[in-house]
Amino acid sequence: FQYCLSGHPTLPCNVLKFKSTTIMLDCGLDMTSTLNFLPLPLVQSPRLSKLPGWVLKDGSTFLDKELKECSGHVFVDSVPEFCLPETELLDLSTVDVILISNYHCMMALPYITEYTGFTGTVYATEPTVQIGRLLMEELVNSIERVPKAQSASMWKNKEVQRLLPAPLKDAVEVSMWRKCYTMPEVNAALSKIQLVGYSQKIELFGAVQVTPLSSGYALGSSNWIIQSHYEKVSYVSGSSLLTTHPQPMDQAALKNSDVLILTGLTQIPTANPDGMVGEFCSNLAMTVRNGGNVLVPCYPSGVIYDLLECLYQYIDSAGLSNIPFYFISPVANSSLEFSQIFAEWLCHNKQTKVYLPEPPFPHAELIQTNKLKHYPSIHGDFSNDFKQPCVVFTGHPSLRFGDVVHFMELWGKSSLNTVIFTEPDFSYLDALAPYQPLAMKCVYCPIDTRLNFIQVSKLLKEVQPLHVVCPEQYTQPPPSQSHRTDLMVECQPPAMAYRRAEVLTLPYKRRYEKIEIMPDLADSLVPLEIKPGISLATVSAVLHTKDNKHVLQLPPKPPQPPASKKRKRVSDDVPECKSLKPLLSGSIPVDQFVQTLEKHGFSDVKVEDTAKGHIVLLQEAETLIQLEEDSTHIICDNDEPLRVKLRDLVLKFLQKF
Amino acid sequence: MPEIKVTPLGAGQDVGRSCILVSIAGKNVMLDCGMHMGYNDDRRFPDFSYITQNGRLTDFLDCVIISHFHLDHCGALPYFSEMVGYDGPIYMTHPTKAICPILLEDYRKITVDKKGETNFFTSQMIKDCMKKVVAVHLHQTVQVDEELEIKAYYAGHVLGAAMFQIKVGCESVVYTGDYNMTPDRHLGAAWIDKCRPDLLISESTYATTIRDSKRCRERDFLKKVHETVERGGKVLIPVFALGRAQELCILLETFWERMNLKAPIYFSTGLTEKANHYYKLFITWTNQKIRKTFVQRNMFEFKHIKAFDRAFADNPGPMVVFATPGMLHAGQSLQIFRKWAGNEKNMVIMPGYCVQGTVGHKILSGQRKLEMEGRQILEVKMQVEYMSFSAHADAKGIMQLIRQAEPRNVLLVHGEAKKMEFLKQKIEQEFHVSCFMPANGETSSILTNPCIPVDIALGLLKREAQPAPRGFIPGAFPPFSPQSFRLVSPEQALKELGLAEHQLRFTCRVHIQDPRKEHETVLRVYNHLRGLLKDYSVQHLPDGSITVESILIQATAHSEDQGTKVLLVSWTYQDEELGSYLTALLKKGLPQST
Repeated sequence: FQYCLSGHPTLPCNVLKFKSTTIMLDCGLDMTSTLNFLPLPLVQSPRLSKLPGWVLKDGSTFLDKELKECSGHVFVDSVPEFCLPETELLDLSTVDVILISNYHCMMALPYITEYTGFTGTVYATEPTVQIGRLLMEELVNSIERVPKAQSASMWKNKEVQRLLPAPLKDAVEVSMWRKCYTMPEVNAALSKIQLVGYSQKIELFGAVQVTPLSSGYALGSSNWIIQSHYEKVSYVSGSSLLTTHPQPMDQAALKNSDVLILTGLTQIPTANPDGMVGEFCSNLAMTVRNGGNVLVPCYPSGVIYDLLECLYQYIDSAGLSNIPFYFISPVANSSLEFSQIFAEWLCHNKQTKVYLPEPPFPHAELIQTNKLKHYPSIHGDFSNDFKQPCVVFTGHPSLRFGDVVHFMELWGKSSLNTVIFTEPDFSYLDALAPYQPLAMKCVYCPIDTRLNFIQVSKLLKEVQPLHVVCPEQYTQPPPSQSHRTDLMVECQPPAMAYRRAEVLTLPYKRRYEKIEIMPDLADSLVPLEIKPGISLATVSAVLHTKDNKHVLQLPPKPPQPPASKKRKRVSDDVPECKSLKPLLSGSIPVDQFVQTLEKHGFSDVKVEDTAKGHIVLLQEAETLIQLEEDSTHIICDNDEPLRVKLRDLVLKFLQKF
Repeated sequence: MPEIKVTPLGAGQDVGRSCILVSIAGKNVMLDCGMHMGYNDDRRFPDFSYITQNGRLTDFLDCVIISHFHLDHCGALPYFSEMVGYDGPIYMTHPTKAICPILLEDYRKITVDKKGETNFFTSQMIKDCMKKVVAVHLHQTVQVDEELEIKAYYAGHVLGAAMFQIKVGCESVVYTGDYNMTPDRHLGAAWIDKCRPDLLISESTYATTIRDSKRCRERDFLKKVHETVERGGKVLIPVFALGRAQELCILLETFWERMNLKAPIYFSTGLTEKANHYYKLFITWTNQKIRKTFVQRNMFEFKHIKAFDRAFADNPGPMVVFATPGMLHAGQSLQIFRKWAGNEKNMVIMPGYCVQGTVGHKILSGQRKLEMEGRQILEVKMQVEYMSFSAHADAKGIMQLIRQAEPRNVLLVHGEAKKMEFLKQKIEQEFHVSCFMPANGETSSILTNPCIPVDIALGLLKREAQPAPRGFIPGAFPPFSPQSFRLVSPEQALKELGLAEHQLRFTCRVHIQDPRKEHETVLRVYNHLRGLLKDYSVQHLPDGSITVESILIQATAHSEDQGTKVLLVSWTYQDEELGSYLTALLKKGLPQST
């Protein structure tokens, strides 16, 4: 079974029940909910604080403390909250393991591990954990350093929410929205992670083996194979076939899957990442040449490494050598440092550099030559060094918290400045809404290196899964481009779709299981050729099951009954262990059978023909033996020695299985 | 019985030129390909002609595994792959792959350029050789071919050192390479899971040593260095460029900082800076503490330690110099040693093991007059100190690793015969496993008992595994071919073979004296059986019959004698025991009703 706990196709959270293990696949946190909130300014913002309260159509003002209006949009004036994965669909304390595919898909981890009674293990690669920690640290830091007295909850009332304008009216499960976790919770959650390497086979309870594979999307990003001896589920999440900094995607290992779960495709299927990078550079150069500043809202890791590398090659030729680049984030330094030490997780070119030994990313040189400077925040050293025009990379891409809020307020009023959106996770128009009206230029260059639909169909042709399972969003064209039937997953049989809070039965069935046979038992087997080319050996053995591993062993010798107890009570004799008798096959030729009976001293044998066979009568013993092609029936008096004798005579004619 | 065969070509009851051949389930694997520091002739490389006389090595060997970058483990690799000829895969970890070619090039330069040897591998050969290398991650399962898989575990010792598990089917061997069971200032401790290999091939450099705590050794080391510097002497520490050097640098760096010392510390050769750079880039391979703090302070950026220039050796006043190589057998460390040996104020500290035949080994065994090249006699007046900083497991560590991995057999290499003998006895006593210690060229055969995997029909497994965990499985393997065994239920076997089942049924007449009506008799029989057969399902059916499991009992009145009832007990051959038991039971009659 598969339980879908997140409706966001690129921030998935699914639970798979596979061979009595419960496996959570990713732990994505849907942060688009924060777009409904007002930004958290680092410095008191007169503009934001003067926004009018929202008034209902009937003039009632009871919500004007919680909701503010800005350029026709309504925002919640409160600490931003996140939309968690579904927690009611199944008991999350029964989850045995959580598999993380990349650092963007683990942001809900503290909510799951710290609040649901989860006692299992989380598996992730080292870069995923380290960079995931940085992302969480930045998130917690940027929310905690702007304490907000107010926590709005009235608007969440179902009756009230109904009255609100879109998109607040349509927001799902607002009562489940939660505030950000704290650093102690992050640390507790991360301490439950066990580090794994690509192609490492991890045994879960002896029943299931999981293996992370390189997915090519980010440092340490992985797809997962979940398999037993006879079923294979591939979990493809956030993969890329483009050559950027991470190790290329491992496709071969995905072959022969019974089920392939496909998530984390590109969010901007119509944009070509290479073209977007080019546009990014030219817009940046143009703005700076005109004396304006460039703001790049971004995550502290990931695409920023590639952007810095492009700029490294571009700035001299574009005459930007004297323009300062600032990277502002509480984790900026860590992110830049960490990127240089994961040689084993990088693409081949970068690995070769490390062998020289040189730092794999050229931002080391940008830092050395003072072209790129990094600061934990706008406070402190930055305010002394700050020179304009400049380029600032900072978070958060939602524009709701982090240092980016400050730069939006600072630079928004001048048309010389440009904000360039590169992260695809948030609609840039929604992100900008609380800053309207804006004079600064806005450029949208989303860079999403994840698989597009053409690559998906190529991949599926290549790896040939029996079934594909994906979020429902991928089974139809995007709502805004309903004619683009090329923008959906096409495969045969059609992909099975899932949606939030839905349970799906995955179509795998198996007929066999692997067990092991002890060598001494194997030695004792006598193969018998039943038909030409087909041999067979019957096995009588004891099955030992331990840690979900099955081993066949020789049956123990039956213990000799103690000789001292001569007379036993009847109830002691109750056959204890159901020792199964073999199945019989063959038929009994009546003439030979009669001969055999006579040889064994039955003198008064009489044979009668019946419709289906024969009846053999032993008159003196009042015994009747019905012989038919596929059955024999011995009807006799309660004379055990006689019965046993007849039984053994019959058995002589039959094959045993 | 299948067996695993192990033949050391080097490192059998010896330290140096590690090279061990393993045959496991039809696969041949070569573990390490090292050179011997103690020899300059043919004996420096393993004798590869042992592997195959005429055939190509590539056809014979399935793969080569290099455990770490020390030359006694990889020094013969270019010779082996390019000059003898091997084109198959060579596996090593990423740091080893990065550092190994640099050390090989260094070794080549010393041998060819300085000693003027010809017929040695070239720079190009090193490059070509490295092209055959496949880098592996820790814990990654590498499928060499369909059957053979290898997996690397962290070994400590030096940057990138790994232990390797070699596995074919159920049979497996673990080769430790060199390892260290206690974390040091820059590396973590070796770790392996309870993988229960058939054979553990362990190094045994310190088979008989149980070292005191690391702290004491460090304090000792610092004290000696400090004293010598205080009295104006020079300290020479011969090291290999990567490994111990970094640990001791961290140690001295922090000590100098704390004590505010001014005497210069130098690190010889251009390798140094480069070496430290490797440590910075492969910081994920160092210990927890360094990894945690590297963003704030990278431990491999030294303030007090500067690059050495040859001219500095003649400078007056105290100094500390790290110089390569570590066994004083050639190069800069030997040059400096010759300069400083005559002065009793000076000191040489040997921080690691020295192979026989090297100057290092000679002075450690107390020799004070050394014959140098050109019949020159060098008198050693400087103090000679030995301090075991080399990161090998000591006896305690080796035992600890055996406890961790739980092997069925142990084989010792990379140690001295006498010491091995001692450890072998200890291992056999404590773990009750066989322990082998073959000499070079000698083959040890280890019997294994691999189990045979078969496919079992799921229905059969479920039927057997659930209610009675000790049930007997009647099963069959059709079709019987060595490649694929299948275990299916007898029913399925018959079906697949197109055979019909033959039913054998028995019906026994049991006479019972009971004047009551038939249905009352049946009820009495029912109550009687139910009372006795508590573990069986005994049912009284509406048609007046009784079933015990699938055995049917019906009662009829005797045609002649109304006081006798005839019980017809009917069962199939599959219920033979129970049927037989029931008839015997009923024959004894019913208990008197109360």
